[in-house]
Amino acid sequence: MTNKEYESYYVPSQSHWPIVGAIALFMIAFGAANYVTDLANETNGYGGYLLLAGIALVIYMLVGWFSDVISESLTGKYSHQMDNSFRQGMSWFIFSEVMFFAAFFGALLYLRVFSVPWLGGAGNNVSTGAVLWPDFVAQWPLLTTPDGTTTTAMGWYGLPLINTVLLLTSSITAHFAHNALIKNNRGPLKAWLGLTIVLGLAFMFFQVEEYAHGYSEEMRLFLDSGVYGNTFYLLTGFHGMHVTLGCIMLIVMWFRVLKGHFTPENHFAFQAASWYWHFVDVVWVMLFVFVYIL
Amino acid sequence: MTTNVIEQDSHDEHHDDHKMTGIKRWLYTTNHKDIGTLYLWFAFIMFLTGGALAMVIRAELFQPGLQIVEPDFFNQLTTVHGLVMVFGAIMPAFTGFANWMLPMMLGAPDMALPRMNNWSFWILPFAFAILLGSFFMESGAPNFGWTFYAPLSTTYSNGSTAFFVFAVHIMGISSIMGAINIVVTIMNMRAPGMTYMKMPLFVWTFFITAYLLIAVMPVLAGVVTMLLTDTYFGTSFFDAAGGGDPVMFQHIFWFFGHPEVYIMILPAFGIVSTTIPAFSRKRLFGYSSMVYATSSIALLSFIVWAHHMFTTGMPLFGELFFMYCTMLIAVPTGVKVFNWVATMWRGSLTFETPMLFSIAFVILFTIGGFSGLMLAMTPVDFQYHDTYFVVAHFHYVLVTGSLFSLYAGAYFWLPKWTGHMYNDTLSKWHFWCSLISVNLLFFPMHFLGLAGMPRRIPDYALQFADFNKWVSIGGFAFGLSQLIFLAVVIKCIRGGEKAPAKPWDGAIGLEWTVASPAPYHTFTTPPPQSDIDNADQHEH
Repeated sequence: MTNKEYESYYVPSQSHWPIVGAIALFMIAFGAANYVTDLANETNGYGGYLLLAGIALVIYMLVGWFSDVISESLTGKYSHQMDNSFRQGMSWFIFSEVMFFAAFFGALLYLRVFSVPWLGGAGNNVSTGAVLWPDFVAQWPLLTTPDGTTTTAMGWYGLPLINTVLLLTSSITAHFAHNALIKNNRGPLKAWLGLTIVLGLAFMFFQVEEYAHGYSEEMRLFLDSGVYGNTFYLLTGFHGMHVTLGCIMLIVMWFRVLKGHFTPENHFAFQAASWYWHFVDVVWVMLFVFVYIL
Repeated sequence: MTTNVIEQDSHDEHHDDHKMTGIKRWLYTTNHKDIGTLYLWFAFIMFLTGGALAMVIRAELFQPGLQIVEPDFFNQLTTVHGLVMVFGAIMPAFTGFANWMLPMMLGAPDMALPRMNNWSFWILPFAFAILLGSFFMESGAPNFGWTFYAPLSTTYSNGSTAFFVFAVHIMGISSIMGAINIVVTIMNMRAPGMTYMKMPLFVWTFFITAYLLIAVMPVLAGVVTMLLTDTYFGTSFFDAAGGGDPVMFQHIFWFFGHPEVYIMILPAFGIVSTTIPAFSRKRLFGYSSMVYATSSIALLSFIVWAHHMFTTGMPLFGELFFMYCTMLIAVPTGVKVFNWVATMWRGSLTFETPMLFSIAFVILFTIGGFSGLMLAMTPVDFQYHDTYFVVAHFHYVLVTGSLFSLYAGAYFWLPKWTGHMYNDTLSKWHFWCSLISVNLLFFPMHFLGLAGMPRRIPDYALQFADFNKWVSIGGFAFGLSQLIFLAVVIKCIRGGEKAPAKPWDGAIGLEWTVASPAPYHTFTTPPPQSDIDNADQHEH
């Protein structure tokens, strides 16, 4: 029975990629758990190798899975509805990422508004301060912790400001690239997308510079330098990982553009990568305000 | 609305004869029914595993004093029992129902993202292999309770915390992918004419639950990550010496944890909202109010988390805010209970096994709801906190609530899944044995808690001995009763009376318009509008 009123829907055929991906995730999780445990116990084990093998397998899986999807897309098997499913799937994935960062921003807010002032005796915690750490001074950035670890704060000018400009600009160039794609101007598309990638890579380079600066003897801002260092490195670190992932996505898109993929009507993958890029940009703005400036 | 026919050529290559055989079918499948079956079996195996742990706990608590296990191992048992039941049994079981039923109820060919669907299932067994495997490690399994409060899980943890953290990460990834798939399926795969307010309430509850999952599972990932860095990399998020706060752990955990408990009960509401009208031979009373009540419960679930932490010494304003918000939840929940009862009112009731479980659900879940209201009152919670009263409360809502609804749903749709009717006598035995034993198991816990018996301890004062003996007997009986269910399911798969397309005369829904067992690909073309209109749950 056929019904021409409806667009066709493609139910993908069976695939071995998910189970490969499941094994890869297992290797990553089990390897990482072993690796971390070995680090703590100062023993040597196979955890690190298992972790690396898992990452390699996950990359192999992603390449294989996506090439299947790309070839299905190029042979016209996908309908408008499938495209919609992908778009909605990607937007809810980005929402879940927002909530992941929300957990860390929430922690930052709690530490700054509640926990550090309370340790200094605010609210009904006068005796906590007086009995446990009488010399502790509540301040943010927390440069001296209750147990006496000291560090210095990372200023917002200099590298972070440059990085803000770089990333904001890259969001604009990504938008120009998308506009060029919609107008089918392949030359400007390649140029704007290429520029976006360069800006992203520059951001990552400066971020590494900043970490090196933080870990220098001069600054002594370490991951374990109390809650200021904790929140600084976890928030910027997870953001940096997302920038790296976004950059890889953009680079893949660039090569696909060179191969002549994407049309003004059909370019979900490009759109997804660009959404992701705008998302990491927004997270950075939040970081710049709450971690660096305020 | 644009939807949905399987392309004619790909249609051929996906017909029944192209179903792979043997293990490959299950490993490579993109079929929502296969994946639903995998989820359901996995959940049941985990249910028996978590149940086995509970049996050891009850054996130890049969008498005061230490008989069977060491205190540290006892802590591992309670921890892993909770984690396995929450993340391994109840949640995957509901995902299994979603997979099986959503495409059929929406008139869709399959879930929206079938390969990701497969991936989200197959990472689960690996996650639980890591978690359960930690029992066999030198350090032993996690021993800090399923809520893994810092500093028990950081400073004072045994060596297995990293394994716990990464196992939880995988469970979270699985849940998020499953939830995204459910949301996208419901938004994008509805048959033409299936408007949002015509969707079965079952679909609505899974829709709302999936949003909760996408919103809070990443927060769980965040908090276990902080736990990992606190334990292994010297951060002090939950350590006052570095400027952090162990209570912050509880805030972030319960920001995830409270929506999480609704994730485990909202789909249960959806199931009984399907079964009760079917066996009352009426439409659901107040369909729209059910949709709004479910949404309200979901929204409120984000602003009540600190009612788990009344005794941590929050500012008074916090105590009051969280107390009043929590009590507010009783309103939409009351709407639901009222609607179920009103659906039965003057209906033409029959008491098939799914209906028995559904009625038991309404009564016993409401008991759990009332004890929840008691716990919601800040001043009295100071007495109940961390006692067996809490254990009684959440087992009433999770076992006689979520689990009973799962049984109601399983008996209701087993004919559709297998093509056979289940053995009625055995299923009645399953119901009555479970009903009696579960109350013997959990009701005396209220008294134990009110009398002051703390939870999560392997030994107790002598005055609690009699109640504990009865609780343990109830526990063993309840555990054994679940094996009857296993027997019923296996018999039902292997044979039995042939099920018609619609075995329940009062049932409505698109799933009953197709043959039993449901064909491998259900709606290759959208169902006719008349079928969709007949499936409408609104009263006429």
